[in-house]
Amino acid sequence: MIESTAQTEKLIDLILQNIEEIGEEQQIEIPANLSTDTALFGKHGLFDSLGLVSLVVALEQRIEDEFELSISLADERAMSQKNSPYRTIESLANYAHSLMLEKQN
Amino acid sequence: MEAPITLITGTRKGIGYFLAQYYSKAGHIVIGCSRHTIDWELPHYEHYQVDVANEEQVKLLFSSIRKKYQRLDNLINNAGIASMNHALVTPISTVEKVLNTNVIGTFLFCREGAKLMKKNHYGRIVNFTTIAVPLKLAGEAIYVASKAAVLSLTEVLAKEFADLGITVNAVGPVPIETDLIRAVPPAKIQALLNQQAIKRFGTFEDVANVIDFFLRPESNFITGQHLYLGGV
Repeated sequence: MIESTAQTEKLIDLILQNIEEIGEEQQIEIPANLSTDTALFGKHGLFDSLGLVSLVVALEQRIEDEFELSISLADERAMSQKNSPYRTIESLANYAHSLMLEKQN
Repeated sequence: MEAPITLITGTRKGIGYFLAQYYSKAGHIVIGCSRHTIDWELPHYEHYQVDVANEEQVKLLFSSIRKKYQRLDNLINNAGIASMNHALVTPISTVEKVLNTNVIGTFLFCREGAKLMKKNHYGRIVNFTTIAVPLKLAGEAIYVASKAAVLSLTEVLAKEFADLGITVNAVGPVPIETDLIRAVPPAKIQALLNQQAIKRFGTFEDVANVIDFFLRPESNFITGQHLYLGGV
């Protein structure tokens, strides 16, 4: 369990790094005070659909580099505000973590 | 200029093998794949044994390319299978095989290819459709449906990938004397050739010529297009 928490924290770090990079790349202003429940898309979200897609793809690649695990973050609920695993930084980290656990077992 | 990194599916034989030779000779680093092993070698060529419809295997292939080259410039989705049979005697296992290779395979490679290409904000994807789509060839319902799907994929992905600097186009060959048409009766092939403006078999070079055009860096304003050979 301790390891799991550490992995989720690491994932949150990776997401934050990616947000910064994509912000620079796509010239999107990223607020300084991001929290784990910062919305990633939608009316008050950080990104438009292309930005979100970029984040998800970049995260897949980071996870592969950092954890040597190839997971697919593709999800049918991607753009549904209510149930999307990409809603917030935390939900994305948790979703990625659940896929990593599936892969590890 | 750095050598272009070109990934071609279905390179064991036929058009794919020709294209591997052609782009290796043209100075590209060519990465090829097929379901079975190959018994040949080429300079600047590396081969992977991959089932194009197997997501895990495809992801592994792209992971290797990303680790080794950090980029992909060109993707040629050549791998394809045909089925020539009356619909009433086409088993579902054949339907699944054709759709898996032609539609799912093409989609998977486009998806994973675009992920890699977007890093450089540059990429060229060429898919394979066929003149059997506009000719609505009887006796090839599933093959034609799968290649119509490839055409639609090409048109929609062109829009989705445009902002990533990636173009997606399709070439539609006429019959070429390869394994794919070996089982078709000569009279049927002749009837097909007769519907072309230029009534001859296609050649590998005809196909490479179209692909060359789509791959050119100058073709950055050409996307979502398909080009049929032979004047269909």
